Amino acid sequence: MILALSAYISIFTTLTIIAVLGKESYIFFQQVSIWEFLFGTHWEPLLEPKSFGVLPLLAGTLLIVVGSGLIAIPTGLMTAVYLSEYASERTRSIIKPIMEVLAGIPTVVYGYFALTFITPMIRLILPDTQIFNALSASIVVGIMILPMVASLCDDAIRSVPISLRQGGYALGATPFEVTKNVTVPAAFSGIIASFVLAVSRAFGETMAVTLAAGATPNLTLNPLESIQTMTAYIVQVSLGDTPAGGIEYQTIFAVGALLFVVTLGMNVAANWIMNRYREVYE
Amino acid sequence: MVINDPILSIWNLNIRYGETLAVKNNSFEIEKNQVTAIIGPSGCGKSTLLRTLNRMNDFIDSFNTDGIIKFDGDDIYAADADPVEIRRRIGMVFQKPNPFPKSIYKNITWGPQINGYQGDLDKLVEESLKGAALWDEVKDRLNESALSLSGGQQQRLCIARCIAMRPEVILMDEPASALDPKSSARVEELIAKLRQDYTIVIVTHNMQQAARVSDNTLFLYEGELIEYGPTKALFTKPEKKQTEDYITGRFG
Amino acid sequence: MNNFKSNTAKRKRNESIFRIICKALTWTSLVILVVLLYHVAEQGFHRLSPDFLTNFPSRFPEKAGIKSALWGSIWLISLVFLISVPIGAASAIYLEEYKSKGMLARVVEVNITNLAGVPSIVYGILGLTIFVRFFGLDRSLIAGAFTMSLLILPVIIIASREALRAVPQSIRHGAYALGATQWQTIYHHLLPAALPGILTGVILAMSRAIGETAPLIMIGALTYVAFVPESIMDPFATLPIQIFNWASRPQAAFEEVAAAGIIVLLVVLLTMNLAAVVIRNYAQRKYRW
Repeated sequence: MILALSAYISIFTTLTIIAVLGKESYIFFQQVSIWEFLFGTHWEPLLEPKSFGVLPLLAGTLLIVVGSGLIAIPTGLMTAVYLSEYASERTRSIIKPIMEVLAGIPTVVYGYFALTFITPMIRLILPDTQIFNALSASIVVGIMILPMVASLCDDAIRSVPISLRQGGYALGATPFEVTKNVTVPAAFSGIIASFVLAVSRAFGETMAVTLAAGATPNLTLNPLESIQTMTAYIVQVSLGDTPAGGIEYQTIFAVGALLFVVTLGMNVAANWIMNRYREVYE
Repeated sequence: MVINDPILSIWNLNIRYGETLAVKNNSFEIEKNQVTAIIGPSGCGKSTLLRTLNRMNDFIDSFNTDGIIKFDGDDIYAADADPVEIRRRIGMVFQKPNPFPKSIYKNITWGPQINGYQGDLDKLVEESLKGAALWDEVKDRLNESALSLSGGQQQRLCIARCIAMRPEVILMDEPASALDPKSSARVEELIAKLRQDYTIVIVTHNMQQAARVSDNTLFLYEGELIEYGPTKALFTKPEKKQTEDYITGRFG
Repeated sequence: MNNFKSNTAKRKRNESIFRIICKALTWTSLVILVVLLYHVAEQGFHRLSPDFLTNFPSRFPEKAGIKSALWGSIWLISLVFLISVPIGAASAIYLEEYKSKGMLARVVEVNITNLAGVPSIVYGILGLTIFVRFFGLDRSLIAGAFTMSLLILPVIIIASREALRAVPQSIRHGAYALGATQWQTIYHHLLPAALPGILTGVILAMSRAIGETAPLIMIGALTYVAFVPESIMDPFATLPIQIFNWASRPQAAFEEVAAAGIIVLLVVLLTMNLAAVVIRNYAQRKYRW
């Protein structure tokens, strides 16, 4: 039946992703040991002497992820709290669409914004910042995932029955106290899940970091420096003339596999948190 | 209880949801062209029983049944029985009016059309709406959305939609319970009128309604058939004590 | 009674501080959006002209135009629509109406949710390997269309399932009670009622597809294309890729050209989302459950 076939395309997709990533990675790992890949600190796959330690790329990605998380998570949560606890209907009806618009802006636009607006601003304050730097990209990725955190946290908070909150108020607590001690703990699983999903999204972000963060694999904790994320590396290789079958070509799959595994793991974890710890209110 | 012309015959019917036995070993017959009411307290299995008669319970996973239900001589649960065909001949009106979000006209014509109706659709719509005592109220706005009608009108539309199929039996699952008293009364009038052409089985938790509207009454309690008899007799001189207790309001 | 030491002053102060912070952070989003849009407009507005829309990209910023990218995007999105909507809707119908229970259904559902969270660049890798190399479609529109379709398929399926779920059971039962088959019920009642919800989901998925860059770079959409595609096997460029190309150039003039391209892209997106809002409102009027 045609209908059934359509539904199973999704399964086909997943299996193919795993097969494709797995096959080429396997070939890669015949030549480079997993240990060297995962724990090597130097990434130079194209020029001699070649080195395949993915840590610089991973560090680059993590720098962005942590930076954007620091921006988006508190802001998103507080926004959600404001929208559900304090804001009037009118405010909600303005802010919610704005969030949707922010979420809908293509990532390449954010990359542009980072490169042409944010970076110059940063350099005004901190003149030693390089033109391509992690901070600028982090800020912009943070803006990108902010709507996701806000929206999911808002859903989580709203699903806490009003009776619980009213119980807190009835004891003479201020909204801040009710939020901190009643609402947020009650919506905890949804809130945490939203954080994990947002972080997962930051992990996979490509265009903004490609434009703004740079193309230099750099094992550093300094956000003012130029770095390269795993995703930006994959783009870089694609833009170049890499012959199929060479080891550089296979690095795409190895790095891609790492990316896939990490994001999949985070998404699965987020779902597990949602389901396992979901507080059921009857 | 003597049935002269049975259209539905039920033998040893057990209905289960998963492990729970909802209807226990019922056996009875429904008289053709009469109104049979099924009464009993909430949760006693009346709706379940009703929905089994046109195989609407097939849509619930955990549902299974054993026993025999014969419609016009054929077992409706036989392996080669076609539920779609059965539902053409046994219609249903639901508790909450559920007209399609289409025009009044289309609501009535859809059923016959998918069943290959060849005749005059306009005439069919008029007859059905007249049969449901709704024609005068809507004849000028047949192309308006059915959702623009009041609750009582929607329910009469559902009845019109049902009789447009010319079923042999009409099952009604508490058809007036979601309506205001005035609409409710109109539906009851309608049932009295429809009895001439159709066999009607009506589930109701409103005993007075059952007493007003039906020829025969079946009293169900916790899935068991307690008593079945002509309405007048059952309400004035019930044979079983349980029936008497229920009717006089001692429980339920 | 007087074991309670009154500390209302301090609590009130904390409360105000908290409230102010929350409010400020919330309205920050508006500020960010305004700043972003203003910056783009300021940079790019003066580059917008009929020429910009009809020129091809060029080494010279004054002559650079977006024609090939715009047409590339239009071609691509049309193909993606034709591929992903039937498959997505069919999948949703199957999963929601025919096979919504059981182990397999659970697996498919989890699978789709996970696929929705896979980074777009992984889809690019997939597209490169399967469509460009394995099926030999090369760096063509159709390869790009298949890749993007796979990317947004989970989104369409999820949105369509929601739309189908929102149709009340009473409608289904009403139809069955009249002796309809499952397909008749779906075709005549469920699909029309769910259609606005499905369309809204499709439009939002298309918005996402139009803005995606990474997967298309991977399958080889070119960043310097001086022609409009003529067939589905042609190479192509898209708006975001063109913008990316211009934004990567060091010359300040190209920065402005990139901004102009962004304006065009945002206008396209705005139009699509307005269409979604219109459809949603129409649906809410027609299908008042």
